[in-house]
Amino acid sequence: MSELKLNPYFGQYGGMFVPQLLVPALKQLEQAYVDALADPAFHAEFEKLLTEYAGRPTPLTLCRNISPNPLVKIYLKREDLLHGGAHKTNQVLGQALLTQRMGKKEVIAETGAGQHGVATALACALLGLKCRIYMGAKDIERQQPNVFRMKLMGATVIPVTSGSGTLKDAVNEAMRDWSATYDSTHYMLGTAAGPHPFPTIVRDFQKMIGEEAKQQILKAEGKLPDAVIACVGGGSNAIGMFADFIAEEDVKLIGVEPGGKGIDTHQHGAALSTGSYGILHGAYTAIMQTTDGQIEESYSISAGLDYPAVGPQHTHLQQTGRAQYVAINDDEALAAFQQLAKTEGIIPALESSHALAYALKLAAQATEPTVLLVNLSGRGDKDLAHVHSVLAGGQL
Amino acid sequence: MKRYQQLFDRLNREGRGAFVPFVTIGDPTPELSFEIIKSLIDAGADALELGIAFSDPIADGPTIQGANIRALAAGTTPAISFDIIAKIRQYHATIPIGLLLYSNLVMARGLDDFYAKAASAGVDSVLIADVPLHESKPFRQSAIKHDIAPIFIVPPNVEDEDLRQIASYGRGYTYLLSRAGVTGTETAAAMPTSELIARIRSYNPAPPLLGFGISTPAHVKDAIQSGAAGAISGSAIVKLIEQYQQQPAELLLQLRQFVSMMKAAT
Ligand SMILES: Cc1ncc(COP(=O)(O)O)c(C=O)c1O
Repeated sequence: MSELKLNPYFGQYGGMFVPQLLVPALKQLEQAYVDALADPAFHAEFEKLLTEYAGRPTPLTLCRNISPNPLVKIYLKREDLLHGGAHKTNQVLGQALLTQRMGKKEVIAETGAGQHGVATALACALLGLKCRIYMGAKDIERQQPNVFRMKLMGATVIPVTSGSGTLKDAVNEAMRDWSATYDSTHYMLGTAAGPHPFPTIVRDFQKMIGEEAKQQILKAEGKLPDAVIACVGGGSNAIGMFADFIAEEDVKLIGVEPGGKGIDTHQHGAALSTGSYGILHGAYTAIMQTTDGQIEESYSISAGLDYPAVGPQHTHLQQTGRAQYVAINDDEALAAFQQLAKTEGIIPALESSHALAYALKLAAQATEPTVLLVNLSGRGDKDLAHVHSVLAGGQL
Repeated sequence: MKRYQQLFDRLNREGRGAFVPFVTIGDPTPELSFEIIKSLIDAGADALELGIAFSDPIADGPTIQGANIRALAAGTTPAISFDIIAKIRQYHATIPIGLLLYSNLVMARGLDDFYAKAASAGVDSVLIADVPLHESKPFRQSAIKHDIAPIFIVPPNVEDEDLRQIASYGRGYTYLLSRAGVTGTETAAAMPTSELIARIRSYNPAPPLLGFGISTPAHVKDAIQSGAAGAISGSAIVKLIEQYQQQPAELLLQLRQFVSMMKAAT
């Protein structure tokens, strides 16, 4: 069979661990991506969609009130203002164009928080593709507004009840569907994880986040930030933010995983913090597992971070020491969620609240002038009912 | 590994094909599973394909997912699965035993440990559902080192270069996929054309067994007529386990009847 065009590995992590049957579909996608990269018409069209439809570039906002320390400036990269409500729209537009280039008319996607589902649904509505979206039954419950949004935009939402009824199980179902339908259907994976070439494609279609932010902060501060901070579910907003800073060795890269009820409780989704490696959904990477190798169910208050693995490039960045990964638990994220609303008039997604919460922690400890850049990956509208119910002790 | 060779030699002499049932070890419980596997052998199975239960079986449809869930819920671990295999090996010295599982169970134990353990339990072949040809090197090398046959999958859309490699790396048998999709009887097997099997055989791989969607004696007969060396049936058997799990005596009877009927079609 034809050789791969791109390296499927990041150091020793990554790869393409899928049934043989799916290999041609992944190779076809890789080829379509390589061809698109070499085609100026593709770049022009992607750029046009990003600016005229999605609203790029997104602003960079210097927080006026939230910093607990006068020495520390906190900047927010406002992906919450992107059409669709989260960074997910960026890469989906790219993959939707690849879908067209491959001559495919249908799309499958998985979704956790529903943000990737919403992004998929809007791109498919725009470009005339038919889509079906797998979503865990538990996530459907806690992200109702997004379910309705997807349906409004013409998507079919398929509840997944197997396993924990969350993102991991939705990915399983999407892969099962794809193994029967790859001839006519593109699997639009929603994060920088999974088998090659997804971690590479999704990163490249998200890396404008960091490229823009870098220019914006240089303009505002005349220098690079001390640290760049992003939440990590599968890793797409974080790798999109990090990519252009990886070569800037003085800039700290910090990924924030969901600590759930605490990383010593088993009720969390902090794969990188557990230091255990294995294969899930096509990649060799950090995963949550038992000693036998059974995948553990993750937990997080935030559906978009509730995933027991992480994209392979993050595992590599952790292993090489280039990036650092920390965990923020539910309560800390909830507190940051409310604090940003109160002090800045911005309601962040629960996912992004994890990144903000860690920035606030760092800020409190700083003893010299520090500039922090936080990726505000999405807005919190989708979380309102859930947060309301949690704050009211379950009584809405 | 030699057991497959001996099996196919015998079947060739008899002018027949192989019937190979699949079950997940530990479904519905480790105790009953042992009885189930013995019944498959007693009823005429030519070889066994046994799954080790995994939390996320992405290549399986609802029926075999259910088997994985039942086995795990009953406390079946890889260690218990290997114990059951060892007991089956004591029960029958010559039947080829193939393992079918997912890569993370192999990784978790470490490749060399895993294949050593499989060999000492009496396993003849290992098929890893989510390790395609181009990721297979460390797995197949470890397999060969421990005298275990690495099994490769030939999908209906196979390319010539893959066939060449499968013929050179594969041992034991070759798993010929009847169709795209996941396991299950919801979509019946599509019979490969005799031309496809002839093309595959021209590379001289280990004998091809046809699997996915095989649920009737007619499927078995057609598979062998198109040139396959036999057929593998999983979901149809697992459905009987699902249906009769609360009535062990009836379950074993149903399984024996099903296997002898399928074997009769070879
Ligand atoms: C707003 C937001 N941020 C972050 C994530 C986590 O995904 P990733 O790690 O791929 O950025 C999600 C996922 O749904 C999300 O909706």
